[in-house]
Amino acid sequence: MTKGYRDNAPISASAFLDELMRLKRGSVSRRHFLGVTGLGLATAVLSRELILPRPAFAAEDLGTKMSIATWPNYHDPATFEAFTAATGVAVEVNVFGSNEEMLAKLQAGASGWDLFVPTNYTISTYVKLGLIEALDMAKLGNFDGSTQNTRFTSEGTIDGTVYAVPKNWGTTGFAVNTGKLKTPVTSWKGFFEAAKGEADGRVMVHDYQLTTIGSALKVFGYSFNSIDPAELAKAEELLISVKPHLYAISSDYQPAMRATDAWMTMCWTNDGAQLNRDMPEIAYVLGSEGGEIWTDFYAIPKDAPNKPAGYALLNYLMDPANAVKEHIANGAPTTDSRVAALLPKEMLENTILYPDEAALTPLEFGAAVTLTDPARAELMARFKSA
Amino acid sequence: MAMSAAGKRRAVTGLLVAPAAAWLVVFLVLPFIAIVVFSLGERAPEGGYQPALTLAQYMNLPARAAAFWNTLVLAPIGALACLVVAYPVAYYLAVKADPRWRLLLVSLVVVPFWTSLLVRTYAWMYILGSRGIPNLLTLVGIEDVRLLNTPFAVLVGIVYGYLPLMIMPIYVSLEKLDRRLLEASADLGARPVSTFLGVTLPLSMPGVMTGVALVTILLLGEYLIPQLLGGGKVFFIGNALVDLFLQSRNWPFGSAIAVTLVLVVVVVLLGAMRLAYRVAGTRQVDLV
Repeated sequence: MTKGYRDNAPISASAFLDELMRLKRGSVSRRHFLGVTGLGLATAVLSRELILPRPAFAAEDLGTKMSIATWPNYHDPATFEAFTAATGVAVEVNVFGSNEEMLAKLQAGASGWDLFVPTNYTISTYVKLGLIEALDMAKLGNFDGSTQNTRFTSEGTIDGTVYAVPKNWGTTGFAVNTGKLKTPVTSWKGFFEAAKGEADGRVMVHDYQLTTIGSALKVFGYSFNSIDPAELAKAEELLISVKPHLYAISSDYQPAMRATDAWMTMCWTNDGAQLNRDMPEIAYVLGSEGGEIWTDFYAIPKDAPNKPAGYALLNYLMDPANAVKEHIANGAPTTDSRVAALLPKEMLENTILYPDEAALTPLEFGAAVTLTDPARAELMARFKSA
Repeated sequence: MAMSAAGKRRAVTGLLVAPAAAWLVVFLVLPFIAIVVFSLGERAPEGGYQPALTLAQYMNLPARAAAFWNTLVLAPIGALACLVVAYPVAYYLAVKADPRWRLLLVSLVVVPFWTSLLVRTYAWMYILGSRGIPNLLTLVGIEDVRLLNTPFAVLVGIVYGYLPLMIMPIYVSLEKLDRRLLEASADLGARPVSTFLGVTLPLSMPGVMTGVALVTILLLGEYLIPQLLGGGKVFFIGNALVDLFLQSRNWPFGSAIAVTLVLVVVVVLLGAMRLAYRVAGTRQVDLV
């Protein structure tokens, strides 16, 4: 047989890397090898990984890829890139519009997620249906329960077992473009009145029964979580009367607000902070009657295909040095005092993120029954098809 | 032992049909049976399905009457709007266009399919949004025009998205047209308009009916365009289905609606075929 033309040539940098990879092949699967080669950057990163030991992740094979289900505009993309650089695990990000959608995917089975971001009121349902696992806290060394504000984090623990750890908390208010809408709006009553009046055709509500119906209920002073038929009927009447005046029923409201197609929208804290950061004329308001306060958690599905990577990413995100970047990117307030200590002062003083106690007091956490109540689902369908 | 000629033919037919039949059984018949079974069940307390044997879901169908009505009205209107735009294009391509350019022009009709409908519909969001056409209109002094998130925007999206599906069958039927019939019509003294109405149009009816049926049937299940261009305010049966499966997780009710939708499509299809047969006076109607 003829010899390869490079056999006698001095070894090049890339050939050296090839040799290193062959050496490494005993411990890393071929799929891993194929997965990371072909990308110059990934190869460089890998070569670093081969030379330097990986103490944090050496114990378990993390595979080459994992998948997370989360919300739009909710992470610093650099977080996942840094995680991939440190571990060789590529992170696929799936974005969802509602907790029901996440629940539906997990109920249907084989979602393929290794980590996801459910909201407080869903966790008891996930546990009841056996869809998420009790977290192995030994694998989450970066999490410290004692630095968490339990006002926001209690729903992650059921009967003493931790099923979910917090990402951030937030509120559900509304964002209003004060450059377009001149009359100040301070309440949910004012929100719906402006939708029929000065901001006719310029107002958006969520495509989400929990917040849209809940906020309409607050106009009448009822609980955000009401499932009382008479109270729901009042909310329905209001929503249907306002529907012809709405710009859209959609939870993807940032594009329309940024284009000023919409002047006012139901809004979550993090979106409000992002809009206000880029367009200072957009204010974020908590309805004076109250509304929703929430916490988003991280949880691991029972059927996660790559649990080691799920835990590794979760532990990575629980490191305050990494978490603080997430908070700066998505603008949501933190539950962890270690993270708060690292946040820039202007974020801690931002009243969109950290409203005063008087504004927080009337807010209610969403309840599990609110999410799964069939009457509210049917109300929403009547509203949307009216 | 040698197979009889008839046995051989049957075996060949069987082999030819087997892949398609297996495909249909696995991906159409079995899922449909599952949906029928689900539609007779009940919603579990936390959503999903729990076994039961009840017609309750079908009794509840009036709760989505508005969605059915919107769909049954907008689907034919959308198909007709497509037809109005598509027919002249198909006529030009098949009859008037220079044969040297014809292939290129016909390819251009199909080119949009190279990009996902989602991406193209998103593009329309920007064209119809306030930074698009309304912004241009303000330059000529027409203020506060709102196009996005209206039924008009949905109709524009539908015509745009489904146009090629209407053009192609009409083009094909016009292309097959025997030109000598047109000459005969002219020789016998018919003016161009009556030649078109008396000869061309009737002979292209199979293509027209195919296009209308194809677009109507696809529109009956449309979800994306009303969601993106209608701002979630235009509620089709497709949107009702998505909400029932992904939001309220009422799988049995969603299944009952799906079964009903399939029945509606079958009825529409049979109706269209009968109509096509009567209008075209021929059995050569290539419906789907």
